[in-house]
Order: sequence, then structure tokens, then C-alpha cells
Amino acid sequence: MLELKEITKIIGDKIILRNFSLALSPGESVAVIGPNGAGKSTFFKLAAGLMQPTSGEILLNGEQIKKKTHLLKKRIGYLGHESFLYNSLTPLENLRFYGKLYKVKNIEEKGMELLKAVGLHYFKDIPIRSFSRGMIQRLAIARVLLAEPEFLLLDEPHTGLDQEAVSLLNQLMKERQKQGISILLISHDFEQVINVCDRVLILNKGRVISDRNIDPQLELMSFKKWYEAAVIGK
Amino acid sequence: MKIILADALTIAAKDLRNELKSKQTIGMMIIFSSLVILIFSFAFDPTNNTVKAIIPGLIWVITIFSGLLGLNRSFISEQENDSLTGLRVAPIDPSSIFLGKVVANLVLVIIVQLISIPILFLLFDYRFHGEMIWFLLIVLTATIGFIVIGTFLAALAANAKNSEMLLPVLLLPLLSPLMIGAVQATKIVLEQEGMKDAVSWLQLMAAYDLLFFAACFFLFEYLMEGS
Amino acid sequence: MKQPSAFVDRMLYILLVPAMFVSLYLIFIWSPIEKQMGASQKIFYFHVSTAWVAFLAFFVVGYYCVLTLKKPTESRFIKAGISAEIGVVFTTITLLTGMIWGKSAWNTWWTWEPRLVTVLILLFIYIAYLFVRKMEGTWEKIAKLSAVFGIIGCINVPIVFMAIRWWNTKLHPVVFGEGKNQSGGGVEPDMLVTLLFCIGTITLLYLFMMRKGIEIEKMRLTVRKAKSKVIEKLAS
Repeated sequence: MLELKEITKIIGDKIILRNFSLALSPGESVAVIGPNGAGKSTFFKLAAGLMQPTSGEILLNGEQIKKKTHLLKKRIGYLGHESFLYNSLTPLENLRFYGKLYKVKNIEEKGMELLKAVGLHYFKDIPIRSFSRGMIQRLAIARVLLAEPEFLLLDEPHTGLDQEAVSLLNQLMKERQKQGISILLISHDFEQVINVCDRVLILNKGRVISDRNIDPQLELMSFKKWYEAAVIGK
Repeated sequence: MKIILADALTIAAKDLRNELKSKQTIGMMIIFSSLVILIFSFAFDPTNNTVKAIIPGLIWVITIFSGLLGLNRSFISEQENDSLTGLRVAPIDPSSIFLGKVVANLVLVIIVQLISIPILFLLFDYRFHGEMIWFLLIVLTATIGFIVIGTFLAALAANAKNSEMLLPVLLLPLLSPLMIGAVQATKIVLEQEGMKDAVSWLQLMAAYDLLFFAACFFLFEYLMEGS
Repeated sequence: MKQPSAFVDRMLYILLVPAMFVSLYLIFIWSPIEKQMGASQKIFYFHVSTAWVAFLAFFVVGYYCVLTLKKPTESRFIKAGISAEIGVVFTTITLLTGMIWGKSAWNTWWTWEPRLVTVLILLFIYIAYLFVRKMEGTWEKIAKLSAVFGIIGCINVPIVFMAIRWWNTKLHPVVFGEGKNQSGGGVEPDMLVTLLFCIGTITLLYLFMMRKGIEIEKMRLTVRKAKSKVIEKLAS
């Protein structure tokens, strides 16, 4: 259970987030959408322990996280805009390095398993410099899953992926969700949002302006209409 | 503490493996230090006997110049794919990043010294008479101090767009006491003068190392905090 | 706008102008001419008082750097910066007067004398600090980075002094304390009074410049904020 309570974040003299609250229970998948500059990425950075909120608190399983960010960091898998991978290392070396930092046991087995799951095991000994954007993104996903986090923070994971990779990613996410892992997703791709998530928040100018559940039968068009009405209507 | 050390070694091993694969930074550093020696041998005629007096200074000039190249790379290379953020979201203490980088940079600079100092002696036809152990101890102490503060400031400068230019401007004034000590102590050892003075310079350098290591170690997390 | 602050400024100004004239009178007319060096010794008063302010300003920078690191606020950040800028001015004056002194006392423009070299390195650290502040990014980030550098720089200054003192302690007359009866060792009481008054005046000048500098910087900030607000309004 990850809770953010009345988080406010001020950077410079801009208020990025105002009184933002969110509770994420196990197995839930929540999408955060909104126009550019709404504060989505900042919210992720706060949740990943990269930043401290100006006011408000973050609770992990009821325990306050303040300076003990490593408790939080260990349970969170953060997939950012960039892959965080080293170009001169091979996929397996990359996973081994991060596995050591996250204190993962039997890294070798788990690494190979994940490489197979994301379909990169044939390339395990090639430096990733020559990889395409889609392959790197798949490896980045493997890196995030390696530490078996309880919460996945995915910042636009679908960008630059082809159809095949998208369905692979969605399948991986669904699997994890069934195991009780919570997923937070930032996306501009509404189709994937409907596919993956049970609940959606709209952020605008640092505030949650709308919050609703998604049922799988929802039409893309009506979802878009609802989003536009929520953002422009205010 | 043990965990910090283990994480630091993991990071250092990763950096050194990267370096072992590409050999770019270390190659550049060695070539650059050789070139500096070459330029100096044009500037000061090596056949002239009085030139022997500048050898201790030259050791440190080449160490600092070539070391700056490596220091510049050590955090810039983490900006590719933003992997520094990857380290920051990992459940490790920020100081272990610092420690790891210090170890990796230290290894690089010592390798460069192992090659460039003999080249310097060779090209300037300098015969080593001093006590080897003291010489090594002095070089190691001063190099550690240089790398500690250099790594710290490299992390600071990496936030700027013109970090390659910024780093020397930040680093050199702070290095001045260490360099005075290093040059004086090296001179004493090479010329086999009173060892007592060399020991007191060594003490000053050791104190400098410890003080700045402690300060950098604790202040490093402020450099890693994003905003 | 703010009455009390304007009042303090005016009082400082009223105090500062006469003090300046009095110290000039004390230096050039009242205090005796030194036997060996003659009139050129008068620069000594400026040299010592600007050097004092140079170190004082650096201490202030260090103080505000520690505070900024504890809890960054805009005003602390500005104070550290203004103090550093004034420090650059005073270190430069100290170096110039020191060189003139050196030329007339030892017939050389530059001596590797510990205090003088420390001031030179202090100048470089000040400039490096100002470079750090000129980096791009949000002010909070820069405040943090520059504060870290300021603290490291502060730790460095005494070590620099010690190292250079060990390296070379031949030339400078030890004016106060354990005078070794070198040339210029020991100060006549009249000279001491002048010197102390001079130090007081220059410190006052520093305070005045600090206050004005902070005010100007805050005005700049207000204008910048207003500007970005207008831009935002026009854009949306």
C-alpha cells in the first residue's frame, strides 16, 4: 500500500503539485493522464524518492517515508523517459549491475529468465549500443522487473514500441498485476490506458481534476471525449 | 557501512569494466600526459642540468592535467541514457556512488602515473636515487587527495552545460595546498634532503585527505538530490 | 516602501560618509609618517582593512552557505551571492594595495608571502563560487550546489594559509603579536588607532554595500517574477 497524502511541491516559484493525494492498493493499476506540464513526471519523481515534497507525506504500508528513502526505493520499480542503461555493456551485464545494487539473489538465473520474457536472450552478449529504441525499452522493462518491486512506476512506457512489443509489455504488466503488484502509469496513449488500467486520474496544473474507474468495455472515443471535457471544461 | 562499501565496489567495477572495453578515457589520458611531457621538454631543455629541479613539479603537472580528463568523463558518462538517475533511484546510499567513482578514478590515474612518470624520468634522463617507499607513499597520498576533491567537484560541475571548462576553475584553487605539499615533499625525497620535512608535508597532505574526504562524503548526498 | 529598512540604510549612510572623511584625515594628516618607508606606508591602512573585509565577506558566504544547505530560502541564497561579489572587489583591492606595498617595501611587485597568496587563492575561490552560481537550472538546485562549493571552499582557506606559511615564511613583517623586531614590527599607538578606525570604516562600507546589493538583487527578482507572470498570462 503506497499512500501520498496532501503532497505539495514547489520548484522555483512555480507550484507543480497542489494538495495531491493518492492511495495505491496492491494489485491496482492507475493511470495518470493530463496535458504537458501538469506535474505528472514530478509526481513520479516524488514517489520514486528522487525528490522530497515541499509539504505532505508519503506512507509505505502505513510507515512514514522521510529520510528513509531506501526503504521506498527498494520496493519501487521506476521506468523513466530514459532507459538508465549503459550503452557499452551487454544486456546481461546491465542486469547484473543493477541486480547487485538492488541486492537481488541468483541474478544470473533471474536475468536470463527476464531476458527470455522480453525476447532479448539471443542478444545477451552484444553491447546495447547497437540496439533499436524498442529493444532498449524492452531491456529497460526487464531492468525494472528484476528487483521484483511491489510498485511499478511507468513513465510513458509505450512510446517508441512497435505493436508486438506493446502487447508483450501489456501482457507482462497484467501478469504482475495478478501477482498483487500495483502499477502507476503515465501515458498519452489512451488506447493502452484503457487496455491496462482499472482507474484513471486526470492531472491539470498540479491538481487532480477528475478520477474515475475504467471498465474494459469502454469505447476509446467516449473516453477521449470525457478527457477533453474534463481538461477544457475547467 | 559494509553495504556502502560493497555498492561502491560494484559501481567502481562497472566503470572499470566499461573502461576496459573501450579504453578511450585511459588511452586519451596516457597520450595526453605523454604529450605534456613532450611539450615540456621543448619548453625546458632536458639536456640542461638545472632542469632536474623542475622534475617534482612536472610529475604533478602531468598528473593533474591528465587526471582532469578522466574526472570530466566520470560523471558526464553517466548522463548517457540518464543512468545517474538510475543510480539515484536504486536503493543505495548516495555516498556509495561517490566512493565508487573515487575508486574508479583513482585506479585510472594511478595507471596513468605508472606509465607517465617513468616516461618523464626517461625523457629527461633522470636517475632515481631517492627512497622508493617514501616516494610512492607521497605520490599515493597526494593522488588520493586530488581524486577525492576532483571527483566531488566533477559531480558538481556535471550539472553545468560547460562542465569541462568549469571543473578546472573549481578544482585548481582548492588543490593549491595539496599541490604545495606534494611538490615540496616529492622534491625532498628526490633530492634526498631531510626526511623530517618530508614527513611533516606528508602529515599535512594526510590531514587534507581526511578532512576533505569526510566533508565530500557527507556533502555528496546534497549533490545527488534532484530538484 | 519598507520604512525601517530605509531608516537603517539612511543611518548607515549618515555614519559612513563622515567616517570616510575622518579616516582619510587620520591616515594622511594625523598619523605619523613611518621612518623607513615614508609616505608609501599609508597604503598599509587600506591594505589591512580591505584584507579584513575580504576574509569577513568570505566568512559570511560560508555562514549563509551552511544555512542554505540546512534550509534553502531565497534571501539566504541572495545574501551569500552578494557577499561573494563584494568579496571579489575587496580581495582585488587587497591584492593591488599589497603589490604597491611590496614594491615600496621590498622592491618587488609580488612576494610569495602566505597572507598575500592566501588572498589570491581566496579570489580564485570567490570567482569559482560565482561561476557555480551562474549555472543554468532552478534557483533551488543552484543554491544547493553553490552552498556545497562554498562550504568546501571555506574549509580550504585556512589550509591554504597553513600550507603557504610552511612553504615560505620569510618576508612578511609580523605586525601584531610575537614581533621579531623585523622592519615594521610593532605599531605605534597612533598608527594603531588609525588602523582600527580604518578597519571599522571599511567594515561599515561592507555592511552598506551588502544591504544595497541585497536590495538590488531582490528588486531584480521581483521584476523577473513579474515578467514571467506577464509572459504566462500572454501565452495562455
